[in-house]
Amino acid sequence: MTASVSMTVNGRPVSAEVEPRTLLVQLLREQLSLTGTHVGCDTSQCGACVVHVDGVSVKSCTVLAVQAYGAQITTIEGLANGTLHPMQEAFRDNHGLQCGFCTPGMVMSAIDLVKHNPDPSETEIREWLEGNICRCTGYHNIVKSIKAGAAAMRKGA
Amino acid sequence: MDQPVPPSLIGASVRRREDQRFLTGLGNYTDDFNRHGQTHAYILRSAHPHALIKSISTVAAKKAPGVVAVFTGADMAAAGVGSLPCGWQIHSKDGSPMVEPGHPPLVVDRVRHVGDNVAVVLAETLSQAKDAAELIEVEWQTLPSLSSTADAIKPTAPQVWEQAPGNLCYDWHIGEKEAVDAAFAKAHKVAKIDLVNNRLIPNAMEPRAALGDYDRGTGEHTLITTSQNPHVIRLLMGAYVLQVPESKLRVIAPDVGGGFGSKIYHYAEEAIVTWAAKQIGRPVKWTAERTESFMTDAHGRDHVSHAEMALDEQGHFLALRVATIANMGAYLSTFAPAIPTYLYATLLAGVYKTPVIYAEVKAVFTHTTPVDAYRGAGRPEATFLLERLVDIAADVMGLTPSEIRKRNFIPADAFPYQTPVALQYDSGDYQGSLAQAETAADVAGFAARKAESAKHGKLRGLGYSTYVEACGIAPSAVAGALGARAGLYEVGTIRVHPTGTVTVLTGAHSHGQGHETTFAQVVAQSLGIGIEQVEIVHGDTGQVPFGMGTYGSRSLAVGGSAIMKAIDKIVAKGKKIAAHLLEAAEADIEFQDGKFSVAGTDRAKTFGEIALAAYVPHNYPIETVEPGLDETAFYDPKNFTFPAGVHICEVEIDPETGVTRVEKFTVVDDVGRVINPMIVDGQVHGGVAQGIGQALMENCVYDEVGQLLSGSFMDYCMPRADDLPNFGVSQHTTLCTHNPLGVKGCGEVGAIGSPPAVINAVVDALKPYGIKHFNMPASPQRVWQAINAHSPRMAAE
Repeated sequence: MTASVSMTVNGRPVSAEVEPRTLLVQLLREQLSLTGTHVGCDTSQCGACVVHVDGVSVKSCTVLAVQAYGAQITTIEGLANGTLHPMQEAFRDNHGLQCGFCTPGMVMSAIDLVKHNPDPSETEIREWLEGNICRCTGYHNIVKSIKAGAAAMRKGA
Repeated sequence: MDQPVPPSLIGASVRRREDQRFLTGLGNYTDDFNRHGQTHAYILRSAHPHALIKSISTVAAKKAPGVVAVFTGADMAAAGVGSLPCGWQIHSKDGSPMVEPGHPPLVVDRVRHVGDNVAVVLAETLSQAKDAAELIEVEWQTLPSLSSTADAIKPTAPQVWEQAPGNLCYDWHIGEKEAVDAAFAKAHKVAKIDLVNNRLIPNAMEPRAALGDYDRGTGEHTLITTSQNPHVIRLLMGAYVLQVPESKLRVIAPDVGGGFGSKIYHYAEEAIVTWAAKQIGRPVKWTAERTESFMTDAHGRDHVSHAEMALDEQGHFLALRVATIANMGAYLSTFAPAIPTYLYATLLAGVYKTPVIYAEVKAVFTHTTPVDAYRGAGRPEATFLLERLVDIAADVMGLTPSEIRKRNFIPADAFPYQTPVALQYDSGDYQGSLAQAETAADVAGFAARKAESAKHGKLRGLGYSTYVEACGIAPSAVAGALGARAGLYEVGTIRVHPTGTVTVLTGAHSHGQGHETTFAQVVAQSLGIGIEQVEIVHGDTGQVPFGMGTYGSRSLAVGGSAIMKAIDKIVAKGKKIAAHLLEAAEADIEFQDGKFSVAGTDRAKTFGEIALAAYVPHNYPIETVEPGLDETAFYDPKNFTFPAGVHICEVEIDPETGVTRVEKFTVVDDVGRVINPMIVDGQVHGGVAQGIGQALMENCVYDEVGQLLSGSFMDYCMPRADDLPNFGVSQHTTLCTHNPLGVKGCGEVGAIGSPPAVINAVVDALKPYGIKHFNMPASPQRVWQAINAHSPRMAAE
């Protein structure tokens, strides 16, 4: 048994046949070939799969594809066209990534934080990142990146 | 092409070139690859720590929807598939070789740890493969099992391998026992400690994955895999497991999402997908779920030790005696036997001039996942033991941790320094690093901060760790004499193209370290060309001639040296070509800032002009010089490198909750010459985070019989952003004396130096309770229990 879903992904309307148990991240990675969204665990702990659903950061491993029916989805691939989003730029400038695997989830999560809180303190950033695990950076430069990214987003807004 | 001379790239925080693709979701990790017609593999794993397979039936599974094939260990054995090899052989005290049991990719008749591989199902979709695996009928006979390192050698312990009585893999030693005993007999005082180095699970964020393909037309196998060393996988899998010649086996390790040691080893799944792809004539893809990573990625650490230090009246170290039991798990992983021996006991001199040392190491089998190198690999275990013991010695002698270290440091003018445990340190300045760290950490202001904490009912502690480690295992001949079954050199190719751009092929592998940037800095600087003209290629046996990969902080020290050696060859050949073009003697040609010039004149040819001449050899010394500009070098180091440093940790403990916060963490490292400070600092941050994780949070827990209790991120406490402070990182540099760049390595220093600094700080904070030692992790529950177990005594004081 399959179900038809349609939604907007990175500004492009898409529809697909999925199983009821298909997760949003599986739809993105396997059917839409958007492999920038990663799967790092099976318990909704690591946050490598964070995307935006209707502008809100969501762990795409914890949402069924059918639940995203009609939604606006933004993945790391859809953040900027040709250039870098200020948050992506800040991660590069502040060495906020090493192996790059957790990075898409970190960036998507960080952008949602700044939407809620345009000038987050270090403590607020660290608390917000509770659902994103990085094994490479020790978070020092991720926190620094998000501070800088938030400042750049404020300037751009 | 006339290029402007770039400013010095050595020592510049050049932004990483790999970041563009990682930040835009365009990285290519193994699970991002798909091949036409691929099938999905699901591996049925053992839920039992130890059991016999009385019978196994795959009949129903094979009939399930979408199933292409099901294979068992018997199928692989019948096809002649060999055992996963171990790359290092240790000999026991009595000269006998270690016990080396077989390790088939799928077990034939007995499982020996939870997660052991029983059968593989290949199906059109992963869901179908998983569903079918539930239809495999196995009749189990469970057997007695154990997980405890310390209990493994007890006479009543269940046996893992018949050929290893007492579960003993080897009983090894190093140093001079009689001299140590004599020194202890004369000691003024003796400091003693019993400690555990807690077992860890590496947890790189990218789970392991493998995609096997077979080309029936050419007979070539391709394996895309999450590896730190694709050539090593090709060698081990081709020669030992599948009997496929290197020429018919291509191993690609594309973007890899972190390794920390866990992706060094040749794993069963790599052999299974490569072999199965040929059997079914279709590609086979396998990706671990995190639960599988917990059960099957090689674990780290897991030592139980007793150590004693003999001291004279002034607190000088007279002798060190260590006895360690190291857990190997159920099978020997690729480098496992080397970790608690040549990467552990040889580091027990630390930064101190202890004249005599004796260490015994018993390696034991248990019904647990194999244990192998995890970031630091042996050196964190040595450092934790030594730095805890030094603090105990300070306590015994009534000296401060700082003072006892200063009294025993190897002085800066004593290098090269031969330790009593085989290593010869080439350079260092431990006193200088300590002074810099004490200033950076504001040790002078600690008493005031402690008093302030006390006002709020909090306990504050300060902990030191002064460490040295050894990177870039070498030379190959020495490693071979010690049991290594491979060379430990590295390979670099400089391929200059006709238009003067350069492709660098390196046998090192980047899985977060930023080689595409650091190596390009070195090459661009050396050739006097723009960094944008340099491309770094790694991770593909089809492109890179050979290589031993990345582990043990070896990439720049060994891989970078190979690149420098290849550059020397390029420059030497360029001089011959330039001499011809400039009608000068070769000896008069100088190469600097991208120009070959005749000494003392303004006559010169650019690097680009020489490249073009080499590929369009019209006016060319063709009788004596071959066309082309493409050189490969193999570099075998003369010695290890010896990064060292000082970590000072300040913690605050809430006695009401047992929560320990790291308030301040100061690092002064000597990693030799720094090419890219931004990247080096990042490596140190990550290492320190893993070290703090080990000290305060992380713990791999098995129950008594070997059921894994910490098998998910819900149960295994990974450090998160709000668990850690910002780190104060700086360098106090002495150069490595025996490699061309003067570099030592920075990948592991953080994880090696930090755990004892944290625990020394915790013990310092808990001093009022009479607590002298604390085994890791100092989690809130354990700290709270310790405080409450000791409170009455404190109250009486």
